Amino acid sequence: MPRLEARPEPSRAMMLASPLLAALAMLATGSLLFLFLGQEPLHAFYVYFIKPASTAYGVGELLLKATPLILCGVGLAIGFRADVHNIGADGQLTMGAIAAGCVALYFDGVEAPWVLPLMLVAGALGGMAWAAIPALLRTRFNTSEILVSLMLVYIAYLFLSYLVHGPLRDPAGYNFPQSKMFGESATLPLLVEGLRLNAALPLSLLCVLGAWFFCKHTFAGYRMRIGGMAPAAALYAGFSAPKNVWLAFLVSGALAGIAGVGEVAGPLGQLQPSVSPGYGFAAIIVAYVGRLHPVGVLLASLLMSLLYIGGESAQIELQLPSAITGLFQGLLLFYLLAADLFIHYRFKPRQRALTNPAEIPA
Amino acid sequence: MNSDYVIAFLASTAGAATPLVLASTGELVAERSGVLNLGLEGIMLVGAVAGFSVTLHTGSLGLGLLAALVAGMALALVFAFLVLTLQTNQVATGLALTLFGIGLSAFLGRDLVGQTVTPLPRLDLPILSDLPFVGPLLFRFDGVVYGSLALVAVVAWLLAKSRIGLQIRAVGEAPHSAHAIGMPVVRLRYASVLFGGALAGLGGAYLSLALTPMWAEGMTAGRGWIALAQVVFATWKPRGVVLGAYLFGGVTVLQFHGQGLGLAVPSEFLSMLPYLATIVVLVIICRNPQTILLNKPMSLGQNFRAD
Repeated sequence: MPRLEARPEPSRAMMLASPLLAALAMLATGSLLFLFLGQEPLHAFYVYFIKPASTAYGVGELLLKATPLILCGVGLAIGFRADVHNIGADGQLTMGAIAAGCVALYFDGVEAPWVLPLMLVAGALGGMAWAAIPALLRTRFNTSEILVSLMLVYIAYLFLSYLVHGPLRDPAGYNFPQSKMFGESATLPLLVEGLRLNAALPLSLLCVLGAWFFCKHTFAGYRMRIGGMAPAAALYAGFSAPKNVWLAFLVSGALAGIAGVGEVAGPLGQLQPSVSPGYGFAAIIVAYVGRLHPVGVLLASLLMSLLYIGGESAQIELQLPSAITGLFQGLLLFYLLAADLFIHYRFKPRQRALTNPAEIPA
Repeated sequence: MNSDYVIAFLASTAGAATPLVLASTGELVAERSGVLNLGLEGIMLVGAVAGFSVTLHTGSLGLGLLAALVAGMALALVFAFLVLTLQTNQVATGLALTLFGIGLSAFLGRDLVGQTVTPLPRLDLPILSDLPFVGPLLFRFDGVVYGSLALVAVVAWLLAKSRIGLQIRAVGEAPHSAHAIGMPVVRLRYASVLFGGALAGLGGAYLSLALTPMWAEGMTAGRGWIALAQVVFATWKPRGVVLGAYLFGGVTVLQFHGQGLGLAVPSEFLSMLPYLATIVVLVIICRNPQTILLNKPMSLGQNFRAD
C-alpha cells in the first residue's frame, strides 16, 4: 500500500468530491451485483436508477420518499456536527406519528382547519419528548446517548404495535391491526393532481432553510459547531456542552416527529404496525453523505430516496430481492467513509532516489 | 409456582444469555484495545444468516458455526480496515457496518425465510443431568453454552495475566506510549477487532441455530446493541459480562413467561423489558463517573496513527 501523508489542511475539493466518488463506487458495485444476480447490468441499472425517475409520477414518488429523509437527516446532521449522536430518529419518528395519530383519531369527524396544524404540533412534541430521554440521561447521568436513543427505537415500535393491536384498532377494520383512516381535515393536502406528493415537502424545505440559517448565522449554531470540532476550546470559551446535547436532541426529535406526521397524514393515512421502513436509520447515511450540511442533506436525501424507489422498481420488474436497497445504502456509507480519507491525507509521492552526488545535501 | 417452572425459566435464561455472552466478550476485547465497534448488530445478523444458510445446505451444525465465525471476522476486517488503516471515524463506521449488515443479511437470507434446521443438540451429561433439580439446571445445555462460559474464563485470564493481554490493554490505554516501546499497535488492534467479530458472528449463529432454529430478517432485535451496553455494565471486566448477560437473559425470558406467571400485561410491554432494563442499568452504572473512568480504556474510540 502506498504511504499516506497528512495534508497540511483538509482539502475542500475532496470534501465535496468524496460523496460523488462514493456514489460512483456504489453504482459500480451495484452493476457487479446485478451481473452476479444474472441480470444484464445496463438494463438492471436503467430499471433501478433511471426508469423510476423518468415519469412525473416517479419524480413525485421520489420527492415523497425524500421528505422524511430530509426532515430526519437535517436534524441528525445538526447534532452530529456537535458530536451528539442521536441514532434513534426512527423511534422519534414513530412517536411523532403516534402523537399525531391520536390527535387525528380524537378529532375524527371534526372538519376544521386547525386539526392538521394541531397534529403537526403534537407530532413535533411527541418526537421531542422521545428525544428528551437520551438527552436527559446523557446530561444528568453521563449515559451513552447512542445506546439509549437506540433502545428507545425498539420501545417505540412495540408501543405502536400495542396501540394498533389494541386501543387504536379500527373496530370496523376486519380485525386488521391498523387504525381507522384519518378524515379529510387530518390529511395533508396534495400538491399536484395525480401525484401522492403532499404539503410535507415544502415544509421540509423550509426546515432545510431554517437549519441552514441556524448553523450559519446564529450564535447557538456556532457554539454547537465549536463543541463538535474543538471540545476543549468550547469548554474554555464557556460554551455549555449539556446545552448542545439538549438542543441537538430537541431539534432532531421535533423534525423526526414531523416526518412521522408526514407519513401518517400523508401516504399512509392511518396508523399501521410500522410507519417507517427505517427512514430514521437511512437518515444517518443521509446526514453523513450530505456532509452534515443542510443543502448536502437535501441532495443526499434525493439519492437515498432513489435507492428506495429503485429497489421497489427492481423488485417488481426484475424480481430482485428488496433487501438490495439496504445493501446499497450500507455500501454508500462505507465508500463515503473510505473516500473521506483523502480529505485529510494524500498519497505520498514515491521518494526519488538521489543518484547524482551533487544533489546530496552536504 | 412449582420447581419445574423455575427450572424451565432458569434453563431458558442460559439460552437467551449465550449470544450476549459471546458478542459482549468479543467486544470487550476490542474495546480493551481501544476500538469501539458499534457494528455488532450488523455482524450478529450476518453471522446468524451465514450459520443458518450453511447448516441448511450442508446439514452440519459445526460447519454452520464455523461459517458464522468466518463471516463475523470478514465483516470485522472491513471495519478494521476502514478504522485502523484508513483512519475513519469509529462511530460513523460502526453505524455503517450495522446498516450494511442489516441489508446484507436480508439479502443473503432472502430464500431462507420459513425454513428450519435441527437445533444444536443438548449435551445430556450422563448421571449428572439426571440429578434432581441441579441436573436440568446445570447439565442439560448445548456445547455452546458451556463453551461460552469457558471462553470468558480464558479471556479473563488472558487479559489479566498473559503477555498478549497486557499488550492489548497497554494499546487501549496509551497507544502512543505502547508504540514508542515497540508494540505493534495497529496489528494488536486488528487482532482484537477480528476476535470480536468472530465472537459476534458466533453469537448471531447461536440465535439462528439454537435459540430459534430459523432465519428471520432483523432477528437479532437489538441484541448487538444490548451486547454493547453489557460491556459498559461489566465496566470492561469479563466476569461482569457473564453476570450482565444472564441478568438480561432472565429479563428476555420473562416476556415469554409473563402470561404463565399470571401477569395481565399486554405482550408488547413485556417485550419492552430487555430494552428498558438496558437503559436502567446503563443509568445506574454511568451515574457514578468514577466507576466508568477507572475502568474505561483511555483511548477508546480514538484513532491512532504512527507518525
